[in-house]
Amino acid sequence: MGKSIKGQRMSVADFVNKWGTILTVCLLLLIFTFGNWDAETGSSMFLTSNNIITILRSISITTIIAIGLTFSLTVNGMDMSIGACANFANTFIMTMFVWYNFSIGLAMFLTLLACMAVAVINTFLIVKLKIPDMIAALSVMFIFQGVALTYSRGGAITERMTRVDGSQAPGLVPDIFRTIFGSQPWLIILMLAVVLFAHFVLNYTKHGRYMYAVGGNPEAAKLSGISVAKYKVSAYFLSSVFAALGGMCIAARVGTAQVAAGDAYLMPSVAAAYIGFSVFGAGKANAFGTLIGAILIGLLENGLIMMAVPYYAMNIIKGAVLAIALALTYATKKK
Amino acid sequence: MNEMKLEMKDIAIEFPGVKALDGVDFTLTSGTIHALVGANGAGKSTLMKVLSGAYTHYTGQILIDGEQIQICSPKDSKRLGIEIVYQEVDTAIIPYLSVAENVMFNDLVNNMDHKQLVYWSKMKEQAKAVLKKLNVNIDVNTVASDLTLAQKQMVLIARCVVGQCRVLILDEPTAPLSNTETQELFRVTNELAKEGVGIIFISHRLNELYEICNMITIMRDGKLVQSMPLNESLSQTELVELMLGRKYEEVYVKRVCKIGEPLLEVINLTQKEKKVKDINLVVHKGEIVGIAGLVGAGKTELCKTIFGDLPYNSGSMKLEGKDIKCKTPSHAVKAGFALVPEERRKEGVFVADPVYSNITVSSMAKYINRFSVINKAKERADACQMIQELGIKTPNENQTVAYLSGGNQQKVVVGKWLNSDAKIYIYDEPTKGIDVGAKQDMYELVERLAAEGKGAIYATCEFGEILSICDRVYVMYDGEIVKELNVKETSEKELLYYSTGGK
Repeated sequence: MGKSIKGQRMSVADFVNKWGTILTVCLLLLIFTFGNWDAETGSSMFLTSNNIITILRSISITTIIAIGLTFSLTVNGMDMSIGACANFANTFIMTMFVWYNFSIGLAMFLTLLACMAVAVINTFLIVKLKIPDMIAALSVMFIFQGVALTYSRGGAITERMTRVDGSQAPGLVPDIFRTIFGSQPWLIILMLAVVLFAHFVLNYTKHGRYMYAVGGNPEAAKLSGISVAKYKVSAYFLSSVFAALGGMCIAARVGTAQVAAGDAYLMPSVAAAYIGFSVFGAGKANAFGTLIGAILIGLLENGLIMMAVPYYAMNIIKGAVLAIALALTYATKKK
Repeated sequence: MNEMKLEMKDIAIEFPGVKALDGVDFTLTSGTIHALVGANGAGKSTLMKVLSGAYTHYTGQILIDGEQIQICSPKDSKRLGIEIVYQEVDTAIIPYLSVAENVMFNDLVNNMDHKQLVYWSKMKEQAKAVLKKLNVNIDVNTVASDLTLAQKQMVLIARCVVGQCRVLILDEPTAPLSNTETQELFRVTNELAKEGVGIIFISHRLNELYEICNMITIMRDGKLVQSMPLNESLSQTELVELMLGRKYEEVYVKRVCKIGEPLLEVINLTQKEKKVKDINLVVHKGEIVGIAGLVGAGKTELCKTIFGDLPYNSGSMKLEGKDIKCKTPSHAVKAGFALVPEERRKEGVFVADPVYSNITVSSMAKYINRFSVINKAKERADACQMIQELGIKTPNENQTVAYLSGGNQQKVVVGKWLNSDAKIYIYDEPTKGIDVGAKQDMYELVERLAAEGKGAIYATCEFGEILSICDRVYVMYDGEIVKELNVKETSEKELLYYSTGGK
């Protein structure tokens, strides 16, 4: 009967399959290092500590949001509403500060609470009404894009903005909030903390084990005594929590809430989490993989800008490199 | 159709680390039904995969009527008229499409040439004609996902015989079928053989081979043991010995266990959609209670209702004298129930996960501290012990379960519950699709647990198994328990009588 034994020796295909993404990251590092060589100083403009920190800071928010998505992917779901949720959080916390002059703690707490509405609706649609994950979350995405716009009356939220009644908004974004959630090194530390937390939960706790079990085989998970609904709900709540955190970081970093600012993070997050599947040959969503995925994307953006690739052509190269990174992994994967 | 002779000569194939086939010869003539038997891992499926073009890196020759042919892809083999119906029908059926499309699928894929449009009425007519030829009564407009397993299988067989099928391979076709369905399959198989199709019939149910096959080929460890005409002169015991290469205790001797107090009482249990009705049963400590019934009698539904997977709207259950409610499997597991489900791969194991986490998944409580952090060392140690205890054949505890054989996967499922210290074990067709050797292990395991004072509910349509392993048996028919019998005082005939609706 079709019994196959895993080869003990690692073939080239296995190696590429396992390390393809990391190889791509290294390759990009090399290309950008020498592509941006400054002959005068005899060093690379790319590989400076300043620039590396810039890259890490630029991927922080994407990573935080992508970690949320990673949780939903572990239960074999797909939370498309993360971008909208981040966006909503961004808008909401800005109004907390600017319109109502709330303190940091209260503002963050209320924002988190408000964003849980996203998770509640997601899980209601997915777990209770059994709508397929992706389309359910997609409709929630639309809803909350609209909610954020409606709440902000269709405009940006900025300090000292003029409100609808003609008065000037009273509050300011507290400096300490902007420092901790929006500037280096704090934002980078926060990102790493989030990644470590997710890695810990997914790999070292019962809950992580159960989430993977639910994602791997929901029927077997249920019949093994795991409460499938509970873990799906948890995954979507975690997803919204991190999306909300990401949204708050946008507010801290930019200091405003631009219309649809969070939506831009959806696709890079999806890409990061999916690239993460292949890192170290994990074959499933995982926290470090997601971080590597985000790094890959961040490197690309930064390096391409430095190499003066025109902004309008950037996406072509970005997409192509992503495709290659994924091809390295999937095309060599044994069936 | 012309006479045809298919020969496979000196076929060998290797996978990293294993020689799956080693110099196997196999000959099939048209019009015969040729049994192919062997324990799990003997190489039956591999040989058939060579023939159907799924494995192409084989060495050796394949000849049709003396002419050498090359099979390099499933398409090649189809062109030669070699068709296969795999054991897992769901992998070949396309659930969203209608029966007509499923039957005519090969035609749709291969014979459209430059046509772009589907000619619905013609396709339906052809599908109808094929089904009629097989004397199978299935509406061609039904969506395939609504069919029963037996019907899906018929649809696949119909799909194979639409074209010029000369060789039909049936891989364990009867495993999921009830007696009547099996008879139906035999009728269809015989008719096809009469028309000159050569049929290769793989099965673990040895007694039925005598009923239907003319030839038999026995394989063991990737090698050919013997190929010969199949008739009464070869006894079933001899056959098993040839398969195993050793003596086999044909009659399983039941261990006598002390039967204790009532452990589980089920009172007037009725499933919400009335899939099972008015179930009253009791299981004592150390007792193995059989649930006999044909496929479709509601055995699986009964198991799942008790386990909380299917909702019930009336009735109650008592465990050790205390009222319990199992609204979900999660409650049931906490209460001490264990279910070894029928669909092992779909419901029992996490195929992509390693053996150790499969064994510990239901007993995580033992391995976590108050912050839910897993003690992985302890988890692995327990898993290794379980692997050893149950004799699970795996290189180590990190092996992905998908690479284990069916029997070993089943042991993993049982190991999962052993590790969780369950009190009541519900087995739903536990020996389905596993070979004789592994079956024996399974029986021993069930009995060992009973000897430890656990209760067991053993649901199966293999009445022989019930007679050899159970203490008491409830016979189910149409979702109800129609008879309670003492195993010592009953016979296979009697079980069959009640399970076919006899009163």
